[in-house]
Amino acid sequence: MNIFDILGPVMIGPSSSHTAGACRIGLIARIMLGEPVVKADIYLHGSFAETYRGHGTDRAIVGGLMGFSPWDERIRQALEIAGREGLEVNIHKANLGDVHPNTAKINVIGPTGKTLSLVASSIGGGNIKVINLAGFDVDFNGQFHTLVIPHLDRPGAVGAVTKLLADKGINIAQMRVAREHRGSQAMMIIETDEAVDQAVVVELKTIPNLVSVTLVEPV
Amino acid sequence: MLSYRSVKELVDKAEVEGVRLADVILADQAEFLGKPQAELWQEMERRLEVMEQSVERGLSEVHRSVSGLVGGDARLLQEAISKGKLLGGQVLDGALLRAVAVAEVNAGMGRIVAAPTAGSAGILPALLFTAAEKLNSRQEEMVSALFTASGIGMVIAKIAGVSGAAGGCQAECGSAAGMAAAAVVEMAGGTPEQAGHACAIALKNVLGLVCDPVAGLVEVPCVKRNAGGAANALVAIDLALAGVKSVIPVDEVIEAMYQIGQSLPATLKETAQGGLAVTATGRRLARELAGQYRERPS
Repeated sequence: MNIFDILGPVMIGPSSSHTAGACRIGLIARIMLGEPVVKADIYLHGSFAETYRGHGTDRAIVGGLMGFSPWDERIRQALEIAGREGLEVNIHKANLGDVHPNTAKINVIGPTGKTLSLVASSIGGGNIKVINLAGFDVDFNGQFHTLVIPHLDRPGAVGAVTKLLADKGINIAQMRVAREHRGSQAMMIIETDEAVDQAVVVELKTIPNLVSVTLVEPV
Repeated sequence: MLSYRSVKELVDKAEVEGVRLADVILADQAEFLGKPQAELWQEMERRLEVMEQSVERGLSEVHRSVSGLVGGDARLLQEAISKGKLLGGQVLDGALLRAVAVAEVNAGMGRIVAAPTAGSAGILPALLFTAAEKLNSRQEEMVSALFTASGIGMVIAKIAGVSGAAGGCQAECGSAAGMAAAAVVEMAGGTPEQAGHACAIALKNVLGLVCDPVAGLVEVPCVKRNAGGAANALVAIDLALAGVKSVIPVDEVIEAMYQIGQSLPATLKETAQGGLAVTATGRRLARELAGQYRERPS
């Protein structure tokens, strides 16, 4: 926490959890999809499900999906703008299990047919925590430069990635590896202190056994 | 993080060095963030600008919330003030008006600065701009006051927390009033010690205040609690500037606020399961909103 957390965020009201955090969840989904969203199914849990209309949580998430920042005044009109731009939005109330009361699951599809599914919680003050990505349990907050790397669970994959980052002078702040079962597909989430430039991403992609490499800048 | 663990440590440091709380806090945060002070200053100027815009917006347009429960009260206050119908005088009425204006902008999905939360966002700008009008404060003094407010807020957040879900409304509108009171006392030429007393007095006045929003929305009673918080801050500012001291030291008051927040049942901490939310009218409004929402296509 620093002074700008206590005197901030600069945001669209009425609630840092229900609008600012919700918008950031949408933004993360858009960035991870890597292309504009054409269809979104949004599953709202707990307090999100109970109060989303009055708080404009649906508007904030959809605004984020369209790339709006948490302080963008277009959020209030996000549903109408989505309608005009042909973004299909379906809101569902759901029980997502034993998770934070302000949690949403978002399934999005891009124009190329690419899909993404994530579950994230809005944990207060506009801060969020992504807890599931494409079926893998993860834990990152979007405040760092974050590398999301689905890969095959083979010896050396993790080491090759961390070595390359070390060679580039990039320090790892947090890292988590999850997998379905031994030898199957796995997921590396690496949060770094230093910015990761696109050249490094391109180089990372040459490492064997990585399915893809997505860089998520702080949102 | 702030390296000071208590308001007393902040006050002592400022008093020993003969500087303002704002200077101590700015220096500390520049070091913590590893950034030049000028950069933090600029960012704080930006927040002051957004605050000013939120006040202006709230005064010049009627902001209705999505639910329709709130909106239009700032307009009523404005009209009454211009007709000379109110009793509070320029400073109190100005603070109430601005607090309601910003709280309505927030409820109406406009842009605000959470201070420390969105639900309590009206209190600090209300006091800051109203006091600046009275004192002819320069922009620089107002930015400085924001550093004071945030340093005090960080201590409160560290010891007690500032979310209604964890501590009730005392933690939101109470903290906002405590931050605003300390900041404006310093802006008005009070000592760091007086700023600490102002914070203590404001917090003491609302210890135990519950968070009981109707239908779970940041609207009823939140908009009016911003007005109440502004008035409370003004009480604390004037008492402190007159030299009145809080018998209970400010850090102990903050600790008491934390303990009270812990003792409050969950029904009174933002869950809309107690207090005003479950009054006959509160329940009716919640039912009506749910019905209204069902009729609209999603």
